[in-house]
Amino acid sequence: MDLTLNIWRQTSKDSAGNFETYQLKDINEHMSFLEMLDVLNEQLEGQGKEPVAFEHDCREGICGSCGLMINGAPHGHLPRTTTCQLHMREFKHGDNITIEPFRAGAFPVLKDLVVDRSALDRIVQAGGFISVRTGSAPDANAVPVPKDEADRAFDAATCIGCGACVASCPNAAAMLFTGAKVTHLGLLPQGQPERYDRVTKMVHQMDKEEFGHCSNFGECTVACPKGIPLDVISQMNRDLLVAQLKGRSA
Amino acid sequence: MTWLKQFLSSSIGLKIVMALSGLGLFGFVIAHMLGNLQVFLGAEKFNAYAAMMQGNPLLWPARIGLLGMIFAHMGSAAALVLRSNKARPTGYKSHQWLSGSYAVRTMRFGGLVLLAFIVYHLLHMTVGTAHGEFRHCMSDGAGGLTCFAYQNLVSGLMNPAVASAYIVAQVALGLHLAHGVWSLCRTLGLGNPRYDLLARRAALSFGGLITAGNCAIAIAIVAGLVKLP
Ligand code: HEM
Ligand code: FES
Repeated sequence: MDLTLNIWRQTSKDSAGNFETYQLKDINEHMSFLEMLDVLNEQLEGQGKEPVAFEHDCREGICGSCGLMINGAPHGHLPRTTTCQLHMREFKHGDNITIEPFRAGAFPVLKDLVVDRSALDRIVQAGGFISVRTGSAPDANAVPVPKDEADRAFDAATCIGCGACVASCPNAAAMLFTGAKVTHLGLLPQGQPERYDRVTKMVHQMDKEEFGHCSNFGECTVACPKGIPLDVISQMNRDLLVAQLKGRSA
Repeated sequence: MTWLKQFLSSSIGLKIVMALSGLGLFGFVIAHMLGNLQVFLGAEKFNAYAAMMQGNPLLWPARIGLLGMIFAHMGSAAALVLRSNKARPTGYKSHQWLSGSYAVRTMRFGGLVLLAFIVYHLLHMTVGTAHGEFRHCMSDGAGGLTCFAYQNLVSGLMNPAVASAYIVAQVALGLHLAHGVWSLCRTLGLGNPRYDLLARRAALSFGGLITAGNCAIAIAIVAGLVKLP
């Protein structure tokens, strides 16, 4: 298939960027989206031009580094799919594809399509961990966890930190991300001692990074390649309220 | 009190202020609609209801409370919207909406419509300066009040342009609540997968009921079904 690509180009963090148009011919429909970009980069290098910088690592949908805004949807329009798992058969011959970096004040563009997502790491550093040694894996039934809570914690734990929630949110909020961490650790027995300190500290850091608030648009949960449910945000709100009643502060 | 300051200035704390004040205003809007539907019972009943409200010692505490909620609601909304604009300084060239809800996209503009309406409505039906034939309550000489709320309402809304403005505002209010009532449950930490669909439908129904109930009054007056005595 032949494609027209509209790609955001920006040489460095401080330079102004702009969209460039590229033509690609004979793209194989079995290629992944990233492989299609690899083909473009080979073509650009052949012409002595600067290849398009984009982030990628595992290319199997688990590391979360490949986030791109594709035609206005994070990781493209296909539900529950990362960019690396999106295949060209989802597009048609002659399609126009606009590719932009994830946009948020907290995600500065480093180069072309690569953004700095360390703000998410700093939210985790503020409290998204368990401080005590939990030892090696205990016997399966040594610490009972109700099935329902285990399921919810596991759903939340599937977050790969790609930032699609932030990218899709009209307020550029990191609520789904932070809510996922708070829910994942807060529902499990090992996470209890620090539960309420964790939520206050993580929310405080999230605000400090200047992410937006939640208007319950619900875009994030649809954009999330792991389908993390919106309820994690409500869980975080509830935990923060309880933390206030307990007089915790960040 | 640093914890309180920290909480109230956090994005979630501000949102909780917005949800609680929204909840209070929602309660008022329901009571207000039920009160006004008494216009269908005739001038005597309606004016007696108005006199009971006007002569109530709780009138001013309630008014101050409502004003406080409106300021808390708008203040938190404004603070959050400003932060939200800052959170994405550069927008997208192409954008797709991924989720279905329409009402949520009207919250900000709809909020401004409501603000404009609240100001107009107070000048029209409470202060009376935006009303050509407004009559204030009078003492009936026996310690009670004689009110003309029925006459004020009917003569005020007989003008189709005025009635249209009221109807537009009620549609904005319905949309605001269709999202807002569901959203406030989630903001207050009551989001739960089991009740989510129920909460969504309840919010939509409340929004629809408020719009329908209030518009019914305006339409009945313009259509001449409710007329001056
Ligand atoms: C009768 C009057 C009003 C009622 C009953 C009402 C009710 C509500 C409720 C229940 C919410 C949801 C809170 C949440 O998501 O937790 C809300 C949100 C909102 N309201 Fe109002 N409201 C009223 C008037 C206003 C006015 C006058 C404005 C603006 C000047 C306004 C602006 C907003 C905005 C911007 C939001 C959503 C903000 C966001 O989440 O991004 N509202 N309202
Ligand atoms: S490259 Fe790892 S998730 Fe796509």
